[in-house]
Amino acid sequence: MADSRPVTLDLEGLQRLIDVLGEQGFTVLGPTVRSGAVVPGRVGSVADLPRGWGDRQEPGSYRLRRRDDDALFGYAADAIGWKAVLFPARELMWSGSVGPDGFDVRPGPGPSTYGEPPYAVLGIRSCDLHAVAVHDRVLAERTYADPHYAERRRDAFLVTVVCGDPSGTCFCVSMGTGPRADAGYDLALTELLDGQHRFLARAGSARGEAVLAAVDTRPAEDRDEEESEQVVAHAVAHMGRAMDTTGLRDLLYDNAEHPRWDDVASRCLSCGNCTMVCPTCFCTSVEEHTSLSGHDTEHWRIWDSCFTTDFSYLHGGSVRTSPRSRYRQWMTHKLAAWIDQFGTSGCVGCGRCLTSCPVGIDITEEVAAIRAAPGPRKEDAHATGR
Amino acid sequence: MSDRPTPRPRLAVWKFASCDGCQLTLLNCEDELLELAGAVEIAYFPEATRAVVEGPYDVSLVEGSVTTPSDRERIQEVRAASRRLVTIGACATAGGIQALRNFADVEEFTSIVYAHPEYISTLDTATPISAHVPVDYELRGCPIDRAQLLEVIAAFVQRRKPRVADESVCMECKRRGTVCVTVAHGTPCLGPVTHAGCGALCPAYDRGCYGCFGPAGTANTASLAHRLVDLGMPRRDVGRVFRTFNAASPAFAEESARHLGSEQEVAR
Repeated sequence: MADSRPVTLDLEGLQRLIDVLGEQGFTVLGPTVRSGAVVPGRVGSVADLPRGWGDRQEPGSYRLRRRDDDALFGYAADAIGWKAVLFPARELMWSGSVGPDGFDVRPGPGPSTYGEPPYAVLGIRSCDLHAVAVHDRVLAERTYADPHYAERRRDAFLVTVVCGDPSGTCFCVSMGTGPRADAGYDLALTELLDGQHRFLARAGSARGEAVLAAVDTRPAEDRDEEESEQVVAHAVAHMGRAMDTTGLRDLLYDNAEHPRWDDVASRCLSCGNCTMVCPTCFCTSVEEHTSLSGHDTEHWRIWDSCFTTDFSYLHGGSVRTSPRSRYRQWMTHKLAAWIDQFGTSGCVGCGRCLTSCPVGIDITEEVAAIRAAPGPRKEDAHATGR
Repeated sequence: MSDRPTPRPRLAVWKFASCDGCQLTLLNCEDELLELAGAVEIAYFPEATRAVVEGPYDVSLVEGSVTTPSDRERIQEVRAASRRLVTIGACATAGGIQALRNFADVEEFTSIVYAHPEYISTLDTATPISAHVPVDYELRGCPIDRAQLLEVIAAFVQRRKPRVADESVCMECKRRGTVCVTVAHGTPCLGPVTHAGCGALCPAYDRGCYGCFGPAGTANTASLAHRLVDLGMPRRDVGRVFRTFNAASPAFAEESARHLGSEQEVAR
């Protein structure tokens, strides 16, 4: 839908927004500082937000830094993303027990780390909003939808905030996913720090308009919109990384035997961190937790990773036994086969796989290395995405 | 499930060179002990009861490593009396902390530690149970994880494969939503090369992983060691972080030797 007319709200208005969402029954989540990082948490007031905190992110390193202003959203991508809110790392699908009257099955899901849905997410970045759109496609819009995800997603209220100060691992501009969201939100805010601390706000849905109507706002002036454009321009000009996506799908398919895969494999820990923090990675495993008596069982779905050997275990053994085959699988799926499978890249440029890799493997650098010395084109090799 | 074998399978718990912590993990299964006693007959468990049911046993849990000539004989008897043999913990599975002797001179140790070293009858090495007899399943950890122990026993009773992943600690850490201590704090952590099972306990308290579950199935210790050097750890210390509870596990032994030199080949 077309965006409504922009308005501005001040810090009291932001507090009112949090209150209104709470009054409407949402569990309100937003950025909070915990354990030296900006991470999702419960938010009841503006004071819970990371006022004056920014971050410094490089491959393998994340540090909070003090800003010289009072920005509430002055960090880049949260150290822990929003994936687990709509797609929990561990989810009880159903539990069952055997009794005298037969087998009794009870549906999940169990309670979430983040409290009870529905969730209102305050401060989700454009990169992560694009990741939610990828999850919608993968988890909710295919023949067999995941009903738990679909319900949480349908009810969620998403407030995006323009990313004004990207980090050293950000490359959303390369992926066309930021720094300003153009769709997929209920409300979009831009934090303005010139003069009075305020937010330019637009509704992106009817629900968003209704919530905004309950908050004390003023019509935006030209100055507010101009400043908002500058925030975006500043972010675009300060991307920490870039990835040339021209013909990327074919480039990776053509270079399945490139020597760079051996190089990255020598560094890759196969720890799985990149997949766990990737906001689009959706692979899961299911576990049965049975009681000793064998009378009760719980059927859990947990995040899994293509970097484990169990992941590709078929009868008799694992298919991807080498780090080389596992890294190649992940990166080629993410940047190439994903396009064939879901019609979009699996990478939103949030930079978390770089920051969270304990040895700082940089997916943009790996792409650039293959592009710098590509193997010969294989005209007929693009049918499969393996 | 309902075709549970009757009579109940006989369980035995054996101790070799160890601290008893893994056996205690079994006793600490307070909420599940009654259910456990219903599922198996606890036939031999000196730490819990003096009552002894004669073997043979359907499943033996073996704690500890082999460090003396008499234990070298005894493990053969345990194996002969056991239909299934499961090692529990770092000692039984990798030699334990006492396997540090594998890299040094035992006579030198005994001469310093004991007033009368001539009374000490010990081997030059501490070795895992698998170096002596066939082992059906190895459970990691120092100590083992309670839930994994119950899972292995349940799997045995229900005649299925245990659900124990050989992935890294990082997987559990991320599922738990813990901020990475290496990435966000610069704290050295062995999580990326360490076998999961503890639930990423130490990082949840802002501490690095000690590697007490030993190497993960996919451990790239060389790359992590390089990173530890980058974080400012002296090479000697890099070698030492791999020489703790699982010092003699092949992946950790090789990595420590790269940094500390081959003081002595690891005996297996």
